[in-house]
Amino acid sequence: MSDKVIYAMYGDDDVLKSSAKKLVSNGVKISEVYSPFPIHGIDPIIGVKGTRLGIMAFLYGLTGLTLATIGMYYFMVVEWKMNIGGKPNFSYAENVLAFIPVSFEFTVLCAAHGMAITYLLLNRTLPGMPAQNPDPRTTDDKFVMEIRLSENHGVTEDKLDELLKDTGFVELDKKIIE
Amino acid sequence: MQKEAAIREPLILGNKTYHDVTEDVCRPIEGKAPKMWYILFAIALIIGLYGVGSILYLLGTGIGVWGLNKTIGWAWDITNFVWWVGIGHAGTLISAVLLLFRQKWRMAINRSAEAMTIFAVFMAGTFPLIHMGRLWVGYWVLPLPNHFGSLWVNFNSPLLWDVFAISTYLSVSLVFWYIGLIPDFATIRDRAKKPVAKRMYTILSFGWSGRAKHWNRFELVSLVLAGLATPLVFSVHSIVSFDFATSVIPGWHTTIFPPYFVAGAVFSGFAMVQTLLLVMRKAMNLEAYIHTKHVEYMNIVIMVTGSIVGTAYITELFISWYSGVEYEAYAFLNRATGPYWWAYWSMMTCNVISPQLMWIRKLRRSLLFTFFISIVVNIGMWFERYVIIVTSIHRDYIPAAWSMHYPSHIDIAVYVGTIGLFFVFFLLFARYFPVLALNEVKTILKGSGQSYKESPDYHNHH
Repeated sequence: MSDKVIYAMYGDDDVLKSSAKKLVSNGVKISEVYSPFPIHGIDPIIGVKGTRLGIMAFLYGLTGLTLATIGMYYFMVVEWKMNIGGKPNFSYAENVLAFIPVSFEFTVLCAAHGMAITYLLLNRTLPGMPAQNPDPRTTDDKFVMEIRLSENHGVTEDKLDELLKDTGFVELDKKIIE
Repeated sequence: MQKEAAIREPLILGNKTYHDVTEDVCRPIEGKAPKMWYILFAIALIIGLYGVGSILYLLGTGIGVWGLNKTIGWAWDITNFVWWVGIGHAGTLISAVLLLFRQKWRMAINRSAEAMTIFAVFMAGTFPLIHMGRLWVGYWVLPLPNHFGSLWVNFNSPLLWDVFAISTYLSVSLVFWYIGLIPDFATIRDRAKKPVAKRMYTILSFGWSGRAKHWNRFELVSLVLAGLATPLVFSVHSIVSFDFATSVIPGWHTTIFPPYFVAGAVFSGFAMVQTLLLVMRKAMNLEAYIHTKHVEYMNIVIMVTGSIVGTAYITELFISWYSGVEYEAYAFLNRATGPYWWAYWSMMTCNVISPQLMWIRKLRRSLLFTFFISIVVNIGMWFERYVIIVTSIHRDYIPAAWSMHYPSHIDIAVYVGTIGLFFVFFLLFARYFPVLALNEVKTILKGSGQSYKESPDYHNHH
């Protein structure tokens, strides 16, 4: 199904933000905003929910801690009670102090890398992927708002044009996408 | 948009727009490298290659080519290791701890400070590896099943903790740095004209889009990574200090080591950042972004951590007497008055006296003076490790075993070689990577840019 997309380009983050506010209050659904840097306060306006990556990081960290604990318990207590200076490791509890540094490091290792990999996969940003922004200037100093007509049944194209007219955009581009 | 007090100095000088920020950072990458870059690169490469050659000779012959003897079994190798790891602490501290404290001035310096961190940790990692002598069995430090030929590694040993600490630190810093680099690579990608450059930066930028949702994730990932990296920074140098503190050698067996090492690491790391950035800002025309105020902030950090280090030296000295342990007391007396007195007093002068000069506002805002002190501090911090390591072991319990350490030319070549390699990496970074977190700098432009702060509606807007 073909769809018409409107790209409204702005030269300033605050202008885009007030324009987005105006559109949303008129019932327009803004599909996407592309910007060279995070625009603070845009997420609630266009309805972007907070990410749950933080929870993922915690779970990855927990996995790391568990793995480190099981590993060290097995290596140092079960498989071979290494005798160091006449002090073999008879139980995990007796030696837990010596295991804290590695447990901590491994927790951080798993949490950081697990989260980073999840982040890249979620964003679909991987080595060699083609650029996904609609205009090369959006990584420099331009801010683009993307409105899809298929997502705006209640608002006609003419109405959208009228709403956008005085918002102070620098360029307006319309594209038919398949 | 965040406002700040009018009396606060702006962090970005002049009348800059978003586009100017992009231009200023990308121009040195897109243009031709200045002649000076080639000269410096050639010098660094020659020194680095000499170091690599010396390492190969060392591996082929054995670590007997170092100036070690039966009494002094650890000298320049571990000194250089701790020195480099220490330097490698500033970058993550700047980007992680200062992010948690919402210090906006970090944005101009975090990228290059973190690059410095990563390269410094590379250099640090070289020393324990070559110190093994048989590098090809280096993988034995990993927990591998017993049928590989030895027992499981010893998780009770601080040396193994160090393996985990350094490798975690290196890889997490690398990831943190790269996540921040992706949007900036995208900026270069979208500006690139030459096909090869376009291709390279497309690969490096991972297809970054700049969608609102992606920026939302980006900010959270940065925050969580900062939260993870902050205790990591402190743990790494604490664990490095455990290599010594958990031993029974007088002069090493000290509970004050972890905080004292961490403070020392931040102290030397910031000094190295100053050395590099003072040159870089000039060479790459970034004076509007990294200016006197940034240098002053860093000098304050140097002053504070230098004072902690100084306090630790004096505490150590007092405790060695107060403990009543004669071996302990002798170790410190010998440091100050024995055959290595010159190393001890160089350390004291460089690390205790010189940072105190930063109390004077005029001096801490002087770029030339800062550059001078930053080098003095780095020399002092090298001596600190040398003093701790060599003077504590050179007079063994039995006077018949007393000895002195004289570095061989391989000792010197390997050390100087790592400095060369470090600069090879750093110069390549400065040539091909965005040296400023340019997209992050844009977020503070309206809040801390000079032209915005001085405009009449800055304080009655909204």
